[in-house]
Amino acid sequence: MDDAELLERLLAGDEKAFTELVVRYNATLIRLALYYVNGLASAQDVAQDTWIAVMRGADRFEGRSSFKTWLFRILVNRARTTGTKESRTIPVDPTDSGATVSAARFDGGGAWRVPPEPFTEAIDNAVANEKVIRLVHESIASLPEPQRSVVTLRDAEGLSTMEVAELLGLSEANVRVILHRGRARVRNDVETRMQGGES
Amino acid sequence: MKLTAPPLVCQQAVELMSDYLEGSLSRRDRRRLEKHLAACPHCSTYLEQIRLTIAASGSVGSEDLEPAALDDLVELFRRFRDDPDRG
Repeated sequence: MDDAELLERLLAGDEKAFTELVVRYNATLIRLALYYVNGLASAQDVAQDTWIAVMRGADRFEGRSSFKTWLFRILVNRARTTGTKESRTIPVDPTDSGATVSAARFDGGGAWRVPPEPFTEAIDNAVANEKVIRLVHESIASLPEPQRSVVTLRDAEGLSTMEVAELLGLSEANVRVILHRGRARVRNDVETRMQGGES
Repeated sequence: MKLTAPPLVCQQAVELMSDYLEGSLSRRDRRRLEKHLAACPHCSTYLEQIRLTIAASGSVGSEDLEPAALDDLVELFRRFRDDPDRG
């Protein structure tokens, strides 16, 4: 069942529909709240406030954006009001040339000296794929902000760059730079851990 | 005479890949990157891996939700449904 349909049922008092949406989105709501507020407890409060707002139907969902973008916007508006992180410093240094792959992996002419290691020999191996998925998720969870929020919203939740920029109060150009760094870091983590033979 | 852009080296190519996938590269850079990729298996592997990590990030829906957290929210939902003014 799609999100909009679940919302409709929720508003009609269907508990199962509510539970389903909570299962789908509460973790992301809390993570996104942590971008704006300090501490898990505050983040959980903001997420809870967001669900209350949804139940009240205060901000009507009109289908102009996807359900999740609408939901995340409610959360961000509340998180900003809570605003325990007074002035967020966005660590994007425009002067940082920001190489995402260690220079040691290239020779003097910029060609690979230590080329990317294939994640796995067996591309279609379901077990290996499952492992890649797990490592990707663990890596995203360990990214520093704002990379974690940007990668979560863009790649895990599939929001557009414009939507991510709006939700996080960044420019689209910044979102692209941060996304680039975050993705490179996740790829690197997975490569390292697949090589390390972790199970 | 039209100036041709110098060919990319691998170290430059990897820095363009995310924007390439976003479709936000200039035409000129896109062409340069595609030319490089066609000749460089290592960079092609790198691009494939970035693609794979993106695909993998979206492949798991819900993260573990603490049962207690879910119970609290469901409790909230019931209170609200039964008495919207108090909720």
